[in-house]
Amino acid sequence: MSRDTDLPPGNLLLELDFAAEVGRLKIVRSSVKSIALAVGFEEDAAMDIVLAVDEAVTNIIRHGYGEEHRGDILLRALQHDDGLAIELHDKAPTADPEKVKPRALEDIKPGKLGTHLIRTIMDRTELLPGPDGTGNLLKLFKKLEKPR
Amino acid sequence: MSTQDLTEVEGKLLLKLAGDIDLAHCAPIRKQLLGAVAQGKDLLIDLDEVTYIDSSGVASLIEAMQVANKNGTALRLFAASTQVMRVFELARLDQVFPMHADLDAALAATPAAVEG
Repeated sequence: MSRDTDLPPGNLLLELDFAAEVGRLKIVRSSVKSIALAVGFEEDAAMDIVLAVDEAVTNIIRHGYGEEHRGDILLRALQHDDGLAIELHDKAPTADPEKVKPRALEDIKPGKLGTHLIRTIMDRTELLPGPDGTGNLLKLFKKLEKPR
Repeated sequence: MSTQDLTEVEGKLLLKLAGDIDLAHCAPIRKQLLGAVAQGKDLLIDLDEVTYIDSSGVASLIEAMQVANKNGTALRLFAASTQVMRVFELARLDQVFPMHADLDAALAATPAAVEG
């Protein structure tokens, strides 16, 4: 069991259920930024979290659902004593964690940068099968360096 | 919303990008970037009015850079905000893309005749 899964439930700050469409990205970014600032992250750190979540949602839209499927994404933001957890639950076909690994950065080419950005920014990331047996659950956690 | 505008200055192409460059908006920008580098001239890209960029936008710039390298032309970025710069740093691409403070600096770094 990973450390992420061992986290206590946390205080639910936001639940956002939205269509997996590119037109929703701006709303997601705006919501996540507000939450990150409210939890106590500085502006720069909040924007890093926004980028990580944007990349994760983009991956779900582009590679999870792709062009063949349609569906929703449930975003949940949870406050923990030591940071902020973001959960993204989709109903897309189950992803193979081996296929969502970041590429080597020395290999300068378009694509797969998103996964690298997510892992660089967030302290913990975990991709699990959906809790209800459908889709995928991506758990992200960012530690709050300066306690409120 | 994102927009782009292509002009010419001192024999080099100047592309001004603006707005959020994410998956929702990168397709027309990618098309214009690739169209611009295909002209075989040095390309200077103004990022001053870019409010947000993610890996979708960065990927388009990488593609354009690869074409420019193949053609032996320069591709330079300038006037990036701290936040846009941060994305390039996180992607470890700040050493790959020549970044300049403003248009004058980008022009000064781009000689009139580029050696192949």
